[in-house]
Amino acid sequence: MSAPTQKPFIQISNVSKYFAAFQALDNVSLDITLGQKLVICGPSGSGKSTLIRCINRLEQHEAGEIRIDGTLVDDSPSGREALRNNVGMVFQQFNLFPHLTILENLMLGPVRARKLPDAEARELAMNYLERVKIPEQLDKYPGQLSGGQQQRVAIARALCMAPKIMLFDEPTSALDPEMIAEVLDVIEELADSGMTMICVTHEMGFARQVADMMLFMDHGRIVEMAPPKTFFTAPESDRCKLFLSQILRH
Amino acid sequence: MLLNAVKNIIGSDAPATPMLFRLLGLAALLGLGGCSGNWGWYVVNPATETGRRNLSFLIDGLYFTIGLSVTAILISICLGLMVALPGLSRRRSSKAINRVYVELVRAIPILVLILWVYYGLPQVASLSISVFWAGVLALAISDSAFQAEIFRAGIQSIDRGQYEAAHSVSLNYRDTMRYVILPQAIKRILPALGNQLVYMLKMSSLVSVIGMQELTRRANELVVTEYRPLEIYTVLVLEYLVVILIVSAGVRWLERRLETS
Repeated sequence: MSAPTQKPFIQISNVSKYFAAFQALDNVSLDITLGQKLVICGPSGSGKSTLIRCINRLEQHEAGEIRIDGTLVDDSPSGREALRNNVGMVFQQFNLFPHLTILENLMLGPVRARKLPDAEARELAMNYLERVKIPEQLDKYPGQLSGGQQQRVAIARALCMAPKIMLFDEPTSALDPEMIAEVLDVIEELADSGMTMICVTHEMGFARQVADMMLFMDHGRIVEMAPPKTFFTAPESDRCKLFLSQILRH
Repeated sequence: MLLNAVKNIIGSDAPATPMLFRLLGLAALLGLGGCSGNWGWYVVNPATETGRRNLSFLIDGLYFTIGLSVTAILISICLGLMVALPGLSRRRSSKAINRVYVELVRAIPILVLILWVYYGLPQVASLSISVFWAGVLALAISDSAFQAEIFRAGIQSIDRGQYEAAHSVSLNYRDTMRYVILPQAIKRILPALGNQLVYMLKMSSLVSVIGMQELTRRANELVVTEYRPLEIYTVLVLEYLVVILIVSAGVRWLERRLETS
């Protein structure tokens, strides 16, 4: 694949996942190396969100295995530690803690899970708030911010855990159109800084800019996987062609 | 003559008379009717020595009523939370613990539980238990089943995304509950908790049967010596009314404060 010489950081091998009778993931295998930027697209119900939620253990897969830096991701202490040290996640609905201020939202994980002293966690939080360009909102509550600002806070919250890889689950799908750009800008800057990321999105302009690998999923399978250049100009499968023609039409 | 008076109060043509005053007037009339105009307010007349003594005897019961209710509700909140959490688990055995506790405790009448704890428990466990703690224990256990259901509903009302976000910043179960879920759940169940406190204040009157010197017991004792049930129980009603109105106002104030934060 893109960097065949490098050892994969995340190894997904033959993962299957069912929701009752519905098969959300069908024998998916995928390797991600450090520094890689993967964008996943596909119709709804194709399993793209489920895939990244399995990496983060928000869903439990029934078959196959996922390894992060060689460590098996499961409910064991070592699996949880691998997640804590390596994986950050940003949700479609932001999921900020509404009863905590922005600063408290950012400090909760570092203080409780990473056991950082308050002062250090605060400094870290301020640092990342600056990076997502809202340092002045630290004492407000999430409900007082716009959607775009909330999502940027959510990105900062994930970064405060010092992850090596960031998972984005449709980060702009719940945003008003005029707020999408400010969030994508932040993600793009993050990508430029070398962060490894997997992003589920339908923002194809953004994907073209950021991704070094595009992935198209349908019916729980990876149907197409190619660098953006080939992916957008010469997709192989008909299913992918149809999908692209539909979302790129306007 | 009585009928005329009723007519006058209810059917008054003056539209300015607020409904509340008419109802109060009616209530007073009915009360008076029962004693043939022969009230004996002297028993609680603050202008006389005896009246003052009787009044302060009645009102001193407040310490016990409030102490009993507040201690019991604090314990029942803790107990309720402890029972609610296994009810939210996915494991069948944990859920069963919750169900059995709630169904069992809910089925025991409070009065029966009070009697059982005070007269029965010392024999079972061969320990002597004071009236106060027997009352607290019985009220707390009885209320904890309801608290458990309130907490369960409150916690279940919190969006799944909150658990996922807590998981994504690697909080363990305890920290997730303590810092993310419970603070939000408690805000939502506060009106229900207020209701339970009011309920508890009223139910504490039942502890009078085992000799607890709270409001109701004192009223009963005074009635026995003074033979003035109407006046004394009227004072008793007013005592509960005042306490409960204050509690209600307090809960509403707390709700408003949490609303803005």
